[in-house]
Formats: sequence, structure tokens, C-alpha cells
Amino acid sequence: MAKTLSFVLNGEPVEAYVDPGAMLADVLRDTLGLTGTKIGCKSGDCGACTVLLNGAAVNSCMIPAGKVQGASIITIEGVGSSGKLHPIQQAFIDEGSVQCGFCTPGMILAAKALLDVNPAPGKEEIREAMSGNLCRCTGYVKIENAVVKAAGLMRESGSHAGCGCTGEE
Amino acid sequence: MLHEYIFASSIDAALALLAQGKGKNRIIAGGTDLVLQKEWAGKETEVLVDLSKISNLSEIHEENGWLSIGANVTHNQAAFSPLIREKARALADACSKVGGKQVRNIATLAGNVVTALPAADAAVALTALGALCRIRDSSGASRDLPMTEMYRGVAQSAIDSRTQILTHIRIPVCGAGCGSSYMRMEQRKALSLPMLCVAVRIKLEGGAIQEAGIAMAPVGPAPKRAGEAEAFLIGKKAERAVFQEAAALACSQASFRSSAVRGSKEFRHAVLPVFIVRGLEEATQRAAATA
Repeated sequence: MAKTLSFVLNGEPVEAYVDPGAMLADVLRDTLGLTGTKIGCKSGDCGACTVLLNGAAVNSCMIPAGKVQGASIITIEGVGSSGKLHPIQQAFIDEGSVQCGFCTPGMILAAKALLDVNPAPGKEEIREAMSGNLCRCTGYVKIENAVVKAAGLMRESGSHAGCGCTGEE
Repeated sequence: MLHEYIFASSIDAALALLAQGKGKNRIIAGGTDLVLQKEWAGKETEVLVDLSKISNLSEIHEENGWLSIGANVTHNQAAFSPLIREKARALADACSKVGGKQVRNIATLAGNVVTALPAADAAVALTALGALCRIRDSSGASRDLPMTEMYRGVAQSAIDSRTQILTHIRIPVCGAGCGSSYMRMEQRKALSLPMLCVAVRIKLEGGAIQEAGIAMAPVGPAPKRAGEAEAFLIGKKAERAVFQEAAALACSQASFRSSAVRGSKEFRHAVLPVFIVRGLEEATQRAAATA
């Protein structure tokens, strides 16, 4: 029984007519046409479907659509803007962190969730924040290097100016 | 067939919604276990009642000697809570191991308990810490059930999410001279169910053990308290030889099954005493630091 779902998607209010039991990943991909969010395992074990729900990284394959009523969702399509890459995206390219690319949207969003609140994470903090994202191609080292690089780029560009974030959870 | 997804404005409102459903409505917390279960997959559930917008269920606070954790508190919140890290470190460490970051951001401790899996990390730590679960039902009744009575079988909770709500988890605050520890054997550092886990709580006074709690899993349908080992420890000196004897007693109460994925019973039986000794030593160090 479809219902109207209203939420903020990548900064813009949207409405979608969906089955309340549909998973958010399917709503994003099939109903709203945003296929940047990937589906890997459908059981919360790979992170390919990661989106930000009110700023926190979550597995959209396990979020019933009804749960996001009134919430703010950021997908990979909302990172960076036309013609201008987000520092995290630039860092992933610079560090060679993309091979097949399937995990990349989820990795970038997990990194964004971390760097939005912690401007200078250590290696263990990066690993903890990215612990829900699997990659079958790269061996993770270059992804980790990209997050370190992105943190530096974001600090240089003043991305945290006025945000009040202190690096504490 | 799921018809509706409703955010309850209060616990009473949630209970009223459950009562209206006559068994077809159920509570959803983070949902990370629920969405993988068949009960909700369209046939048996018509309405999901979400508690996440009830604000006072997201609190962690200390009151009258109890640490109170609301039903909406996520594993991530618990893992990083200064209060839980100080007063119930085993729980913070256990919560930090559940799933991956994305799961921990939305999955709740209450949900972990109600899903009732044999080695649910938070449930194991809560068992050793002597936690009580506050349960409300639509009659208005409220009761506290100890963790040791929260499991009816494998994946069978004492709570029926169609008629009852676990509103708070309460842990007795131990104070000075107390420490706890969580040990986990795992195939990966994240996204991995435990092969073996042990939670330990200890209270010391003058170098002697006053109180002890040891929970181990998966050794049956539920996390199990090593009652004989706990009783043995009382009054003894907190030292390795004593811990080793306690570990041997605990092992005699543990029954493992062999799993091709999660380890043979022989291997897990060999590791269990090592974890208990290490856990007791770590808890002792932490207890000594607070004395």
C-alpha cells in the first residue's frame, strides 16, 4: 500500500510515492533514479549502499523507507557539485583509490560522515569510521591515504570554518 | 503486508498503537536485525511503530546508583559515551564491535537485547554487568527483568515486540574499585559475528574480590553467567593463579557447538579460559585505577 514519503534529499525537499516497507536503497535507485548508491549484499555487511541519514552513515539497504520521513539524506550525487569535486572525491582520484568503483560512493560518504565532525582523524579513527565498507579491489591502503589527504584538503580550504566541530563524537 | 510506518510521540502512544494492531503491529528500533527477519517481510506485520522520535529514550544518565540507557541509544552512542566508558567499560567495548560503523549508527542496545541472538555483543556485556531491562506493556504495567531472564531460546526474547516495549536498560553503578572488560574472538575487526566473547565485571577492596560477574557466549541459546566461577572468586586475591582456577570452573559450564564458519568446539573451548583470565586481569587493572 503506497504512501507519500517526504524528506530532504541532497538539500532539496522531495516527495516520493512508495511502499512503506521498501528499503531506502531501492527508493533512491528505482523510484528517484539516483543510481549512485550501490547495492552489494542487502544485509548491512558491505557498505556499498551507504548514505548519510541526518549526517550519520547508514546502510540504505536496511532502512525501511518510512524511517526517513522528515529526515535529511545525502547520497553520492549530493557530494560535490557540477564541475567541482568535493575534496574527498579529489583525494580519491589523486591517491588512486578507485579500481572498479563499486564501493567508492559508499566509501566517500563514510569518509564524509567522519570528516564533517572530525577534521583531523588519526589512522585508527579512519579505520573505525570506514569499518562498515568493504572493497574487493584496492586493499584499502590507498583509500585510507585518500581520507588522510581529504582531511588536509578540507582543513586547507576552511571547510570546517564556523562548524564548531571539535573532532569528538 | 506492511501498510504503515508510524513514529510514536510517546511510549504510551506506542503502546496504544500496538494494542490497536492486535498482534499485527510491532516495534521497530534501528531495524537492522528486524529487516532481515521473515516476520516483518510482508506477511505478518501491518504497521511498524518507530520509537526513534521519543526524545527521552535517547538519554544515557546516572541516577540513584543506576546507569540508565534509553531504548533509542545506539551502539555508537554507547561506545563513545563518557559515562558508559567510565562506569561500564565492557559495554562500551562490546557496542564498538557490533557490525560496522553504519550499523552502529542506527542499531540500538535495546534492539540487540530483544533480537536475542546467542552472542549479541551488547547483551553479553549487559549480562555480566547485572543489567535490568525495564519493560512496559499496554496494560500500563512496568517491570524490571534481569538480563539472565531475557532469553526464552535462540532468537526468542522474553519480550513480545507486538505487545511490549523495552524502554530502558539499567545497570547498577559499582563505584570505586570496580572494573570491567570485554574480550572477543573474531575473524575480522568489523562486520563479523563473534566466534567467542567474554564479559567480566569485578569489584575489589584491599586487593580482594568483593563482587564478580562473568558472562560467556555463544555457549547456548543465551549469554551464560559462570556462576560457579563467580562464587569461587569472592574473597580471593585478584591474581593470575586465582583467575586460572576460576576460568577452569567457567569452562566446565560452557558447551560449544562446532561451526565450520565460527570455529570448532575444541578450539573455542581452548580459548575460553584464556579470555577469562585476560578479561579478569584487564578488569582488575581498571578497578585498581579507580580505587
